[in-house]
Amino acid sequence: MLEVQNISINYGVCAVVQDVSFALRAGKIIALLGANGAGKTTLLKSLNGSLPIAKGAVLLDGKELKDFSRREIARKIAVIAQETETKFPVSVLEFVLSGRFAHGAAFGWETPSDLQIAADCLKQCDLVNYENRQMNQLSGGERQRVVLARALATQAKILLLDEPTANLDLAHQALMFRLVKERCERENAAAIVITHDLNLASEFADEILLLKNGAIAAKGAPEKVLTEENLIEVFNVRVLLDENPHSGKRRVTTIY
Amino acid sequence: MIINGRKGEAEKRRKGEQKISASPHLRISSSKMLPALIGLLFLSLLSAVFLGSEKLSFFELTESQATILFDIRLPRILLGACVGASLAVAGAGLQSLLRNPLAEPYLLGVSNGAALGTMLAFVFFAQFEFARPVFAFAGAGAATFAVYQMAKSRAGMNVERLVLSGVIVTTFLSSIIVLLTSLLDAAKLRSFTFWLLGDLSQGTKNGFYLTFVVVIIGTIILTSQARALNLMMIGERDAFDFGVEIKKVRLIVFAVASILVGSSVAASGSVGYVGLIVPHLIRLLVGSDNRLVIPFSAISGAIFVVLADTIARVAIAPRELPVGAITALIGAPMFIWLLRRN
Repeated sequence: MLEVQNISINYGVCAVVQDVSFALRAGKIIALLGANGAGKTTLLKSLNGSLPIAKGAVLLDGKELKDFSRREIARKIAVIAQETETKFPVSVLEFVLSGRFAHGAAFGWETPSDLQIAADCLKQCDLVNYENRQMNQLSGGERQRVVLARALATQAKILLLDEPTANLDLAHQALMFRLVKERCERENAAAIVITHDLNLASEFADEILLLKNGAIAAKGAPEKVLTEENLIEVFNVRVLLDENPHSGKRRVTTIY
Repeated sequence: MIINGRKGEAEKRRKGEQKISASPHLRISSSKMLPALIGLLFLSLLSAVFLGSEKLSFFELTESQATILFDIRLPRILLGACVGASLAVAGAGLQSLLRNPLAEPYLLGVSNGAALGTMLAFVFFAQFEFARPVFAFAGAGAATFAVYQMAKSRAGMNVERLVLSGVIVTTFLSSIIVLLTSLLDAAKLRSFTFWLLGDLSQGTKNGFYLTFVVVIIGTIILTSQARALNLMMIGERDAFDFGVEIKKVRLIVFAVASILVGSSVAASGSVGYVGLIVPHLIRLLVGSDNRLVIPFSAISGAIFVVLADTIARVAIAPRELPVGAITALIGAPMFIWLLRRN
């Protein structure tokens, strides 16, 4: 679905992402891990054309990203960015409906099907009866779920998520990942998730990309990437590795 | 201790803000708003026709009264309606685009840019009537561009930067305008001072025709961008991610706002605060969906300026006030209130 070929991204003269290649296939989740400043967000932003790339190419369904219009990209790729702030009061429903922008006419009103989709997505994200609440009245966790609902409302096949669980409590962290996973499996969608939670990555990702100083330090299945030497190299911390007795997946415990 | 005290204050302020946003608007349904606004517009036009230093009766008109009505009063009222609609629509568009409820053509220096353009046309190309709106548009566009460039920084745009940039551009342009007025003779000076404050009495029929066409087309174009503006109001980055061609929308809104402000300033000087008060009241009533805010602001802006001009005509009759004085008298306190709320 999304193929990244040897891309490099510069901020001024400074190279932030260097020679990164990977492919995202239908139904899969890739977790993007790395220390602060490793270039994770920059890489993610380049994947829907928000940031220009200096070298290489991003192919969306086999065609170069720059050959698509903004609306075409928005129908195929949905983004959950780190920050959402609004000065004008916007209701939750209006916010989620903005995810339908690329589908209808650029002007005019949302159709009944848009409203139905928005209502479904709100329900999935555990936000029943939130339609008329104002965005600036919500807690950080509620707002993050509305942001997820908007991304789901686009019905895009590719989800790019930048630390989607940062403000969420335990139950909603799991809900967030479960929804993304379900979407990938049921509708043949795919997702790239930036997270600092190694265990969530291990549980839900099919593949992990470990980024160090803008380059890929390791990539592959979670149990292959989450090794002691990789984690010391990238995060400079000592860890204890074992198996989650419930899921059988690799479990990482930091040694302080 | 002092630090604690400050923290407490900040905390209180934050809570206060939340209280205000608890009822962001009254949710009046748009199907009731539209006929109500059109009815109000009709009433205000009607009252404006019959109120004035020369009382007109509905049934009997002497010849001189007919002249007053059709050649002086009616064009002035209709021009006022178009100017009010233009400024309100321009304000609503700029506020959504700049994500700032305080953006207003007059406060951003856009009106002064248009005024300077009009003056230049008046001084150097006095024989061509249509040089004035063209120059006014160019001046408005240049001022908009200058303020935008000054206000934006790497981190984005904040309220303070925008308002300060507007003040700087406004005062700079004002000083050039003052320099230019020194070229005028004393007789023209008084009418110019009035015009600068926003004065409908010097409007012409051609001015009305132009502003009428401009405001109709401008409102339609901006309303067609309203859904994209809704997304940009939430955040430009988000809007881009969800399929809005940000640069295109920005260019359209800046250009249309400049043309709207340019044509109305060329006809009637800089009537201030209309673009601030009107869209704000509309947002209180129907929420911040631009598909409603922009067209409703057009009608309400017309009502507001027609009423303000009626007050300007009758308050100290037989003498008159510039309408800009009335709108500023209402608008300036409201600006302070909005600024504190922010």
